[in-house]
Amino acid sequence: MFITSLKSSAEISAASNPWWVYNPTLSNYADLLTQKTYLIFFRNSAVVSLCVVTITMLISVLAAFSLARMKFWGSATLATGVFLAYLIPDTLVFIPLFKTFAFIHDKTGIELINHWWVLIILLPTLTVPFCTWIMIGYFASIPKELDEAALIDGAGYIQMLTKIFIPVALPGIIAATIFCFTVSWANFLYGLAFTTSADQLTLPVGIVTTLIRGDVYAWGQIMTGALLGAAPPLIIYAFLMDYYIAGLTAGATKG
Amino acid sequence: MAQVALRNIVKTFDKTPAVQGIDLDIADREFIVLVGPSGCGKSTTLRMIAGLEEATSGEIYIGDQLVNDVPPKDRDIAMVFQNYALYPHMTVFENMSFGLRLKKFPKAEIKERVQGAARILDITELLDRRPKQLSGGQRQRVAMGRAIVRNPKVFLFDEPLSNLDAKLRVQMRTEIKKIHQKVTTTTVYVTHDQVEAMTLADRVVIMNAGRIDQIGSPHEVYHAPKTQFVAGFIGSPTMNMLPCRLVENGSGLTVRLSDWLSLPVPPSRGGTLSRARRRRADLRVASRAHYRRARGCAARRSRLRGAARRGRADGHGNNGVFHRRRGGGLRAGQPRRRGTWSESRCGSSPTSTRCT
Repeated sequence: MFITSLKSSAEISAASNPWWVYNPTLSNYADLLTQKTYLIFFRNSAVVSLCVVTITMLISVLAAFSLARMKFWGSATLATGVFLAYLIPDTLVFIPLFKTFAFIHDKTGIELINHWWVLIILLPTLTVPFCTWIMIGYFASIPKELDEAALIDGAGYIQMLTKIFIPVALPGIIAATIFCFTVSWANFLYGLAFTTSADQLTLPVGIVTTLIRGDVYAWGQIMTGALLGAAPPLIIYAFLMDYYIAGLTAGATKG
Repeated sequence: MAQVALRNIVKTFDKTPAVQGIDLDIADREFIVLVGPSGCGKSTTLRMIAGLEEATSGEIYIGDQLVNDVPPKDRDIAMVFQNYALYPHMTVFENMSFGLRLKKFPKAEIKERVQGAARILDITELLDRRPKQLSGGQRQRVAMGRAIVRNPKVFLFDEPLSNLDAKLRVQMRTEIKKIHQKVTTTTVYVTHDQVEAMTLADRVVIMNAGRIDQIGSPHEVYHAPKTQFVAGFIGSPTMNMLPCRLVENGSGLTVRLSDWLSLPVPPSRGGTLSRARRRRADLRVASRAHYRRARGCAARRSRLRGAARRGRADGHGNNGVFHRRRGGGLRAGQPRRRGTWSESRCGSSPTSTRCT
């Protein structure tokens, strides 16, 4: 990807050694970064991903906490339901969703299709079940005595969550956050199906739709776009990995 | 400072009874130990006092307040768990002050209380460490510190020493006793270790299958067990249980242990035992192992010697010298009739025999 992004179109299609760049050029980068559309894709993707991550983590941490710790009627069934919801592939869901949106438009006049922010509503349908499921597992692994001790120390459920569970389950929360970010950043299908105008696209869809014109593939720019698009998740991985690896539960109980 | 009272407490888990009607009065500043085999309901009882389990029926009083519907945080209790349950992301200081911080105590007072508790427990230099940097004994001390700083009405200990190695356990046992002498708070302590029970308790509560078999001082439950279960549970090596028959022998009654050994029943006890006989009740002679070596191992028959009566059981897989405790007699216990005996065993056969 990196090598191709440094080549000119002529060199990419030339029959020379593909592993070597004979005339390195930054023109692909310059072209892409000066294109207004690419920057809009980037912005759309960033806003969508950040919002999706925030919404997902808020919902799934609260949901997982209640499913893992509060035994109420049907909580076990609900936890299984969350997992089953994750098993439904997005390719199966997007047509009914599209229909629903069209229906909403017919009835209320609210246009939900072809807006980038619709993805903020759509993507949590993928991320929330999975993150909740991961978090249930994480919260369940926290020794029961820990919340009993907190209860006796005078904590309510909310304090128990914010002062004990979230700090202790931080590695799990970070893992879920990374997953959630990756899914929403890289999601192709929903972006492709629900947005069409060039200024409403997210990065993965935008690269494919604007840089492939007919059957002309602007390989250099595609690779550059993909490389730049892959950078944010990489940076986030690098930062959060340290926390992710460090197990924080050590020392709570015997063992 | 408070007394605790349990009135006919019942707890069932999905129709499985765990605690079946417990009545217990714990005096102010008393150190009570609940002891029994695993699954006897002692931990469940403790958790009901803590408010972590809801009693199916019955009443729990702390102080004079009925606390059945009071959540744990308002019961003013502190609990020490078997696996410490320290908050891993907090330092020792933060762990100990967590409860006080939630209750919005002034910072100066929090500091003072934590320092005070740390001095009692000798962990002043550990206050900045995290739980994972501590050894098991230190963690247990922190867990106790967390309880002490709250200055609660009642301390609850749930097998706090079971996770420590043998030497540390003995050491911490002494310290818990010392701390209780310093802080004198009503304490309920759950253990399956009878040595802990006997050394720590003002009164021991022996539980079996969800019921209380006996409540009494360590001395009482050792020397005058009320039931066969208590007799077998308390004491190490355990008390021997020997089946025997009550035989009418001319003028008086004789307890017949086996073909070769029979013990005449003192006339003072005859009445109780003949009543038992009429009811065809089992009669058991129980003997308490006694740490004194017998010299008269050769004696083959039961014989009287002053106030003590000795006999040697020989064969039938049953080797031991029985020595009747001075001052103790054949005694009717309930619900089964048995006598309390002590045994001093032959030096060469250290096995603790139990024949039923």
